[in-house]
Amino acid sequence: MTEEVMPDRTTGPESQQRWKYLDTILSRPGPFTDPDWEPGPPVRSALQSAKILCSCLYMIFIACIHTLILDRGAGGLGCEILKNLALSGFKDIHVIDMDTIDVSNLNRQFLFRQADVGKPKAEVAAKFVEKRVKGVKITPFCGKIQDKDEDYYLQFTMVVCGLDSVEARRWMNATLVGMVDENNPESMKPLIDGGTEGFKGQAKVIFPTMTSCIECQLDMNAPRAAVPLCTLATIPRQPQHCIEWAHIIAWEEERKGDSLDTDDPEHITWLYQKALKRAQEFNIPGVTYSMTQGVVKNIIPAIASTNAIVAASCCNEAFKIATNANPFLGFPGTNNYMMYTGDAGVYTYTFEHMKKDDCPVCGNLAKPLVVDPDSILQDFIDSLAERPEAQLKKPTIRSEEKSIYYQSPPALEQQTRPNLTKKLSELLTDGEEVAISDPAFAITFKFKLIFKS
Amino acid sequence: MLKIWSMQAETAQAGQKKKKVTAAQLRVQKDLSELSLGSTMRTEFPNPDDILNFNLIIDPDEGMYKGGSFLFHFAINQNFPHDPPKVKCTQTIYHPNIDLEGNVCLNILREDWKPVLNLNAVIVGLQFLFLEPNASDPLNKEAAEDLKSNREGFKRNVRTSMGGGSIRGQTFARVLK
Repeated sequence: MTEEVMPDRTTGPESQQRWKYLDTILSRPGPFTDPDWEPGPPVRSALQSAKILCSCLYMIFIACIHTLILDRGAGGLGCEILKNLALSGFKDIHVIDMDTIDVSNLNRQFLFRQADVGKPKAEVAAKFVEKRVKGVKITPFCGKIQDKDEDYYLQFTMVVCGLDSVEARRWMNATLVGMVDENNPESMKPLIDGGTEGFKGQAKVIFPTMTSCIECQLDMNAPRAAVPLCTLATIPRQPQHCIEWAHIIAWEEERKGDSLDTDDPEHITWLYQKALKRAQEFNIPGVTYSMTQGVVKNIIPAIASTNAIVAASCCNEAFKIATNANPFLGFPGTNNYMMYTGDAGVYTYTFEHMKKDDCPVCGNLAKPLVVDPDSILQDFIDSLAERPEAQLKKPTIRSEEKSIYYQSPPALEQQTRPNLTKKLSELLTDGEEVAISDPAFAITFKFKLIFKS
Repeated sequence: MLKIWSMQAETAQAGQKKKKVTAAQLRVQKDLSELSLGSTMRTEFPNPDDILNFNLIIDPDEGMYKGGSFLFHFAINQNFPHDPPKVKCTQTIYHPNIDLEGNVCLNILREDWKPVLNLNAVIVGLQFLFLEPNASDPLNKEAAEDLKSNREGFKRNVRTSMGGGSIRGQTFARVLK
């Protein structure tokens, strides 16, 4: 379908037709609607004024030249989420993505056309959706989520994520948890996270500090399948083993110091040639260039329909949270995690993932602690032993930058011991966060030091 | 978001602007405090402020590698404990499960790593490799072959290699204390 032959749906009766069902949902209660909920224009305006961040395009469109629909992890969720949000009546959507469009994206990332290849995804996607859905404002940002600070994230009503990596998810999660300020309810931003892997996927809603966070759920992530190193080194059985061997062992031996760039065709070709040679030695057929690329970049086929299902679920939750039209996933004390399993029939299961008391991110938030900057570290440590809520008798202390004092291992104790006689102002700055652990407690305490002489 | 705001628990004011201790650092801090190094192992921190990169020295007090001193480098990334620590032997040693580049074949460093495992599990695993070198999971095929076919010859080779000698033209690092 080309853009020229599409009917203009931005004006006229078709435009009103588009919102007909949405208006129906928002103008009358349903069987599950909260009794306190009042339908009508205020709800509609809540939806329209909600400022949504869709950091879902970020990194998910990894370029891959393959006949299959290939992508990394959450692939393609971005286009789906953006389209769904716009069609759900949200009017103010921001989108973050650091990538440019590759020709191999076009088979499923339906907001892009051949002429867009090479352009930034966030910009093209924003323009496309603005053109198709009248009245929606989409603000693109081409860059990493890590480029933005708390002030940026504070402006949104909620954040919808379809990130491709555990690392990016943990960063986003820790940022949103760290932003929560008890004196400002607006500082808590619901996080809706979608992810897919082949035929499987999940959608979850997090109310930072109130419900189970990404860090609490870390063990829900399937570990990356790995083959024992000795199998790779001595008895490869599959073509993938030969590729992993080239990737992990041969590269290190022969191109030491040359850092591997998985987007560099020369590097992939080198690995492919090495793997092919090794496969021939062991009589293993099947090593191809695209398989090399797939193994090295850990590409998992992204299935367009799985993305559509997960994105739909994420956007429905965003809609319900914004309007309260129906109960939503993630309300404290209720289910917050929906998993979808499409690889063995169709199966979904929704449950409540419990918040972990000892979660390093949301288990305990930094408490303010007033200290005298001129006092020495030893005095500060002694004072910790007398604190009523937790008597920290053998505290180990660090800031993001520095190891302040470690009780063990012995080498680190010795190296940090000179700090004991230093003034706090020499080791830390006003407002800095420190993490204090003690063998008597499973959790790590966090304090934000406030200097007051 | 009806009702949610009123439910907001009494959470303390979070630190702003300043850099925060990362989740990986918190976890490593906890793991370090739980290390039981005993008398045969010690750690070394080239930069004490960076607890994500350190060395572990193993001095086996029994077994075929007794008398040697083996140095491993631990590199932990911000994705820990989702990702396992990267561990490499920094010396060229003769061992069936450690290749000449220092790669280590230990299941929990790769295929069997789980976030519930900690650094102590890894160092116990490393120590075990020196007590019971394993010929069935070879990374250094020749050493494994030696161990399988001629245990006494393998022992002699271990002594030769630890003294800095050569085996089949390959010179090894002198690791005797």
